[in-house]
Amino acid sequence: MNHDHGSTHTGHSIDFLMQFLLSAPFFIGIVLYISAIIVSTRRGRPWGSYRTALWVVGSLLCLITLINPMITAAHENFTIHMFAHLLLGMLGPLLMVLGAPFTLLLRALSTGNARKVTAFLKKPLFHFLSNPAVPAVLNIGGLWILYTTQLYILMETMMWVHVLVHLHVFLAGYFFAATLLYIDPIPYQYSYIYRSMVLILALAGHKILSKYIYAYPPEGVPRVEAESGGMLMYYGGDAVDLIIIIILCYKWYQSKNHRKGRYPVTA
Amino acid sequence: MKKAPTRQQHLFSRRNFLSGFLFGLGMVAFIDEVVFHQLLNWHHFYDRSTTEIGLISDGLFHAFSWFATVGALFMFADLRRRHAWWGKRWIGSMLLGVGLFNLYDGIIQHKVLQIHQIRYGVNLLPYDLTWNILAAVIAIIGGTLVYQTHKQMKGIGGDVRS
Repeated sequence: MNHDHGSTHTGHSIDFLMQFLLSAPFFIGIVLYISAIIVSTRRGRPWGSYRTALWVVGSLLCLITLINPMITAAHENFTIHMFAHLLLGMLGPLLMVLGAPFTLLLRALSTGNARKVTAFLKKPLFHFLSNPAVPAVLNIGGLWILYTTQLYILMETMMWVHVLVHLHVFLAGYFFAATLLYIDPIPYQYSYIYRSMVLILALAGHKILSKYIYAYPPEGVPRVEAESGGMLMYYGGDAVDLIIIIILCYKWYQSKNHRKGRYPVTA
Repeated sequence: MKKAPTRQQHLFSRRNFLSGFLFGLGMVAFIDEVVFHQLLNWHHFYDRSTTEIGLISDGLFHAFSWFATVGALFMFADLRRRHAWWGKRWIGSMLLGVGLFNLYDGIIQHKVLQIHQIRYGVNLLPYDLTWNILAAVIAIIGGTLVYQTHKQMKGIGGDVRS
């Protein structure tokens, strides 16, 4: 807690506006998701409650990292900062992906509008984004830049950098899980082997960075906090990535079942 | 023990090899982490003499080992489902994986890259010798079993490139 940049804290107080800006999208996400369930059910297409639970829990895990007391604690202690990042960048987005929001959206829309959405998702930009290597690089590359350059200090002192970094961490985490697991329909699909390779390399990059942080603390972070933060990143990352690995392999296992044919996404 | 493989076993001989081998790699990395890092506390999370290449090698191997364990078990389930599991070949491949990984860990990661040592504050020579000789013996046993299944497949012809 005895940071030497204590004076900067007052320059960048985590005020109500910031907490509101960061957490509002997740509130809105929950409200939209539940509205879509109501519309979809009225159209005679009920929605599974376990997917709803995954979406809500995922959103709440992201949310608690963005409001007090956690956001202030994360600001002052690197280990808590790392714990918050595990929730906002890995576990939260993964659970939200498992909530299959786009499948729900397509069910809630009329056939015509649903077609428009799928046509929109076939644009070249989304082709580019469906390659899991893109979010993997944005995700792990972004973390490398954050913890090995001046960006970490900058984030601690400037509010808009703080907002952008957190937005990036969440979005990269979401697209990473979405482009690996195909819970929602995806415009362009890649093979299991390719997705596995990307996942292994990303996981390796995450592990290497966490030991690097342990060895070379980011500027302004005391050694003790960097060591426990690095270890939390290493083992916490393992736990979340293990869930992704199991789901990916399970889907491979299902896809090899010739007797039953392919499983569609179910509610 | 000269039992010829069934048609299914023959057809999926490659997947039997891959599943066993990956399981061996994954299991040994898991044992390494649980027993030597966590329970005995002999290995260290990070050692000041670690080189950057050492960090990269360690990260890649641990990432790969998680994937290998889970992937191998799902492949195993797939083989069982198809009645294509070939015990001798699978176990041989597993032992080969265990042996080769420990040789890599014992020679390349511990000695060449200096990620961490087996144990600290003791004479390392007996530890290193035990580790590597044991690994080599396991790899040879595994390799022999795999070679035998290879010959059994040749006996009934067809594609034998495992």
